[in-house]
Amino acid sequence: MKYLVCISKVPDTTTKIEFTDNNSKFNESNVQWIINPTDEWYALVRAIELKEANGGTVTVINVGGAENDQVIRKALAIGADNAVRVNADPSDAYFVASQIAAHAKAEGYDLIFTGKETINYNGFVVGGMLAELLDMPYISLAAKLTANGDTYEVTREIEGGEEVLEVSGACVISCQKGMAEQRIPNMRGIMSARTKPLTVVEASAEAPLTEVVSYTSPPARSDVKLVDADNVEELVKLLHEEAKVI
Amino acid sequence: MFSENGIATAADFKQSQRTDQYNGHDYYLIDDLLSGEHKMIRQAARDWIKAEVSPIIEDAAQKAKFPAQIIPGLASIGAFGPYIPEAYGGPGLDQISYGIIMQELERCDSGVRSTASVQSSLVMYPIWKYATEEQKQKFLPGLASGELIGCFGLTEPNHGSNPGGMTTRFTDAGDHVILNGAKMWISNAPFADLAVVWAKDDNDKIRGLVVERGMEGFSTPEMHGKWSLRASATGELIFEDVKVPKENIFPDIVGLKGPLSCLSSARYGIAWGAIGCALDCYDTALRYSKERVQFDKPIAGFQLTQKKLAEMITEITKAQLMAYRLGQLKNEDRATPAQISMAKRNNVEMALKICRDSRQILGGMGIMDEYPIMRHMMNLESVITYEGTHEIHLLITGMDVTGINAFR
Ligand SMILES: Cc1cc2nc3c(=O)[nH]c(=O)nc-3n(C[C@H](O)[C@H](O)[C@H](O)COP(=O)(O)OP(=O)(O)OC[C@H]3O[C@@H](n4cnc5c(N)ncnc54)[C@H](O)[C@@H]3O)c2cc1C
Repeated sequence: MKYLVCISKVPDTTTKIEFTDNNSKFNESNVQWIINPTDEWYALVRAIELKEANGGTVTVINVGGAENDQVIRKALAIGADNAVRVNADPSDAYFVASQIAAHAKAEGYDLIFTGKETINYNGFVVGGMLAELLDMPYISLAAKLTANGDTYEVTREIEGGEEVLEVSGACVISCQKGMAEQRIPNMRGIMSARTKPLTVVEASAEAPLTEVVSYTSPPARSDVKLVDADNVEELVKLLHEEAKVI
Repeated sequence: MFSENGIATAADFKQSQRTDQYNGHDYYLIDDLLSGEHKMIRQAARDWIKAEVSPIIEDAAQKAKFPAQIIPGLASIGAFGPYIPEAYGGPGLDQISYGIIMQELERCDSGVRSTASVQSSLVMYPIWKYATEEQKQKFLPGLASGELIGCFGLTEPNHGSNPGGMTTRFTDAGDHVILNGAKMWISNAPFADLAVVWAKDDNDKIRGLVVERGMEGFSTPEMHGKWSLRASATGELIFEDVKVPKENIFPDIVGLKGPLSCLSSARYGIAWGAIGCALDCYDTALRYSKERVQFDKPIAGFQLTQKKLAEMITEITKAQLMAYRLGQLKNEDRATPAQISMAKRNNVEMALKICRDSRQILGGMGIMDEYPIMRHMMNLESVITYEGTHEIHLLITGMDVTGINAFR
């Protein structure tokens, strides 16, 4: 079995978010980068578990510049066998999906995993686009996957419950909590990541379909007003006049 | 609850509900000087500590029990002999990686760091440097994987700062030697599988030898009643006519420079480790001071609190730069013992002062085990004494700059 896991690089959740270039670019200086959590904890770890149980290889793919090699090495340390980096700026979701699709078409994977969403831009779309470009079935928000040969039973979370699907043959799955448990790379893994293959390929000629015009930060939180527990009148007045919720 | 030999298991400890929110502080962007692999090693150590050690460390310290269940995890993050070459089962990392791992461990607890320091610098290091090839193959892989735990016996009841006066000695008896004497204050002793022991031979010369658990006449009673380093086990080593095979003696190293070279390596790790305590206390105090409101504003808004916090991060930054530069020198094999003494002394004292100021910022809460500060502060009272006391390190610097020995 050949597994492909799409990983993206995102700022650590404690990063101070600032923008430059007239609020159209994220200020990347002094940012600590990590693998997008759902890609790492759920997609990558589940692929590694399947490989450990049934044999095969796990390849991770990332679209980005050489500065991304560090997070890619971490995926190798956790247990991926090899990695591919498409050397290009991941400018929009379509561009990223088309680059991954070009690689996946040439290589032929049995199962392709993505995370549910990235925690930086919350796009939710690379997996769906990728499936469409590869003409494969797509299952989003998968919380559980069991394999029986090349037939997979996939449990999805839906509003107020869950849905169980069956799919056969190559497909794209976006993963969320429940799929697997985070694995901390051990020293053996970190050492072996040094020599695992990381292939850099140039981007194909696709152009992005969208362009970011500007970003705005959420408005600063206003101060908390403490109202004395006995002063219900004051509370009602504030809720009515200031918060305008009653 | 504790098993018969006194070794604790995971079931002996209560899980804390507090989440460990630590994420480092790097005011001078020293991270830019680290390699990607350094950062990966640090993150792995930090993640493992948050998952496995932070939740039980307060209870382990309260119960004064070493949490032995963390041994395989310590091995898996590379904390046992990080710089020992791969040929002997180690990961073959550089000295900065060693420092980073010690800092992450000590950020959690000096006792946990001590267990790893002793194993790495005081047991694996001398075996790697001074033992025969057979001994290296016999002991190092097991020590790296945590299947074997070692301890280091230098200090004696009557010889602490002056180890050269030791009275533990062995006499030649043909194919083996007979060892007699006692060591005190020995970290890891109660559960160690082997001890690297420094003792005098028939010519009154200090030699190193490996004493293995199970050898007749060798016992390791635990010392109880410590208010410091409570999550680390400390004991005595008692040798009563212990027969030690001659192949367990390090063949070529003679004199105090044997044990002192081990201490140099461990002290280097402490220079990094102590910054971990300082960072954890600063992190705790900074967070608390922004949330705690008195006189209608966060206490972080008062100048007296800001003075403490500003001075803390300044001192931490200086210590970080010192440790990093020392790591570069160690990597190039140019760090002198006196340079290492300076960093150990400075950084431990710095950390102890930061503990006290952080404790003050938390007011009454600062004394509770809900926060790590008091535990760090008590731990550091050992760290400022072992591996050469604060005074002894000062005398080392004094002798280095003046050329005059003020020890005697
Ligand atoms: C928790 C813990 C764990 C330890 N683990 C180990 C271990 O694993 N292996 C091991 O071998 N040892 C270990 N030690 C022992 C430690 O290294 C010694 O405690 C230390 O070297 C000091 O020796 P001492 O306690 O006998 O103090 P002393 O040497 O008696 O010193 C007492 C005081 O006198 C001062 N002093 C001594 N000589 C001078 C001088 N010439 N000039 C000025 N001041 C002086 C000292 O600085 C100190 O303040 C450990 C100690 C502790 C507390």
